[in-house]
Amino acid sequence: MAAVAVSHLAKRYSPTAGVVDVSFEAPSGTVTALLGRNGAGKTTSVEVCCGLRRADSGEVRVLGLDPRRDHSRLASRVGVMPQTGGSGACGIYPSVRVAEVVRHYASMYADPLPVPALLERLGLVEVTSTPWRRLSGGEQQRVSLALALVGRPEVAFLDEPTAGLDLHARHTTWALIRELRDAGVAVVLTTHALDEAEALADTVTILDRGRVVATGTPAELTQQAATAPELRFDADPGLDTADLSRALPEGAQAREDRPGHYVVGPQVDPEVVAAVATWCAGIGVLADNLTTSSRSLEDIFLEVTTVDQP
Amino acid sequence: MTTLDLTPATAVKPSRRPLAAQTLMEAKLILRNGEQLLLTIAIPIALLVLFAKAPIANIPKPRIDFMTPGVFGLAVMSTAFTGQAIGTGFERRYGVLRRLSTTPLSRAGLLVAKTSAVLAVEILQAVLLCIVATSLGWSPHGSIAPVIGLLALGTATFSALGLLMAGTLRAEATLAGANLLYLLSLGLGGVAYPLSDYSHGVQDILGLLPLTALAGGLRATLDRGGSVPLHDWVTLLVWGAAGATAAVRWFRWD
Repeated sequence: MAAVAVSHLAKRYSPTAGVVDVSFEAPSGTVTALLGRNGAGKTTSVEVCCGLRRADSGEVRVLGLDPRRDHSRLASRVGVMPQTGGSGACGIYPSVRVAEVVRHYASMYADPLPVPALLERLGLVEVTSTPWRRLSGGEQQRVSLALALVGRPEVAFLDEPTAGLDLHARHTTWALIRELRDAGVAVVLTTHALDEAEALADTVTILDRGRVVATGTPAELTQQAATAPELRFDADPGLDTADLSRALPEGAQAREDRPGHYVVGPQVDPEVVAAVATWCAGIGVLADNLTTSSRSLEDIFLEVTTVDQP
Repeated sequence: MTTLDLTPATAVKPSRRPLAAQTLMEAKLILRNGEQLLLTIAIPIALLVLFAKAPIANIPKPRIDFMTPGVFGLAVMSTAFTGQAIGTGFERRYGVLRRLSTTPLSRAGLLVAKTSAVLAVEILQAVLLCIVATSLGWSPHGSIAPVIGLLALGTATFSALGLLMAGTLRAEATLAGANLLYLLSLGLGGVAYPLSDYSHGVQDILGLLPLTALAGGLRATLDRGGSVPLHDWVTLLVWGAAGATAAVRWFRWD
């Protein structure tokens, strides 16, 4: 049985907000990413799994238990990193020092991680005596992650764990999440960073307007959606794609996927690559990031999720 | 890079450790907060000294014997109601309560920890107030049992009202409201100004305030050596029951 099993979860705040129908599973020793735009239902799904919200309907099981009814039995086995709120709050006393709050949380668990080692691993050694409110946004994120992990959880719910982190801290966090997975922890993370989902997740569940619109491994998602490679390049927005299409070998078409991002397909061969390069050179445009590949997770995401009209 | 053994823990946590840890944290937060210390320690002591020594208000003599029971009541209100309401209101706003509810500390455990921390601070307040009052010539009367009973009931009542306010209003509204009620109770609750200064009609109304009941009950035994009037017990009990019922019904954790 999966460590986290969510089946047809619904939680509505209004006719247009909340979760309508979300199902996913997160086995132990895997990373499951809930991917979606803001308001897609990622955080609500996680909050129901953590027992912070009551579902309107559907079934949620964490380690075989009901997150609300069996909360007291689950709490010591689950680590939660809530999303940082609009005011920067993520559930920590502003005046409490870093080491103090991590030690405080550690004292609530039977077999916690060693606090000094955890702080060192998260790059927090130099701010151990700093009150929470004086930390940078990235440092606050890392303290919040430390609190989620200090109890050595079997399941870790990480709501946008790398939001606001610099590149170095982001990769440190990614490495830690991979280690959690290797240690047998079921990691459920929410993100709207596609590269993060692609780099970390064993399974990706894409949410849109409260529903699951795609699910699978990153490889499955990209393979399902594309059978043949395409050519892509970046250039100034607004190039004449009709003229480019006329310059291509028969059957190939060019389109501007989004401003400044061009895709040529449905088949790519050396003649197509040469034709694109020649056409660009002819109008004095540099084709940047020119690649031939199957569609990326980003393409799938843009395809299956809706775009709000301004 | 430091190596961490992230293998999940398997032991089941004994329930008392989170409670003890949280109680300690709550007490530290109260004592570390400058505004809280001003409210719970400095202001009651300053009022005691000021009203006992300076010829302010029409206070029966010996002034220290009249003032000390009232200031005890005010000290309970400052910690259990005003300080707790403001602290809890901002904890709610910062998501502290919500996050703690995902830990092995239960919600009931959190409330017990908060109450325990309040009691610990009240003991500190009582010791300091006793030292200051005794040095000013205070000589208490009556027995200790009803005093402890009143202080316990007063703590429960003001805690319930403080948590009701913190759990239903925005943090800023709680901050303003709790301070306003503290100041009004200080002036109207029979702490420094005897109720006899007011007309009978006003006295009847002011007698229904929880601080009036607590201060009046403490004064009845500590100042006059008599028994605590039933009216004071009932008033505190009704406020406490109503506050607790409403808090259970309407308290929001986030």
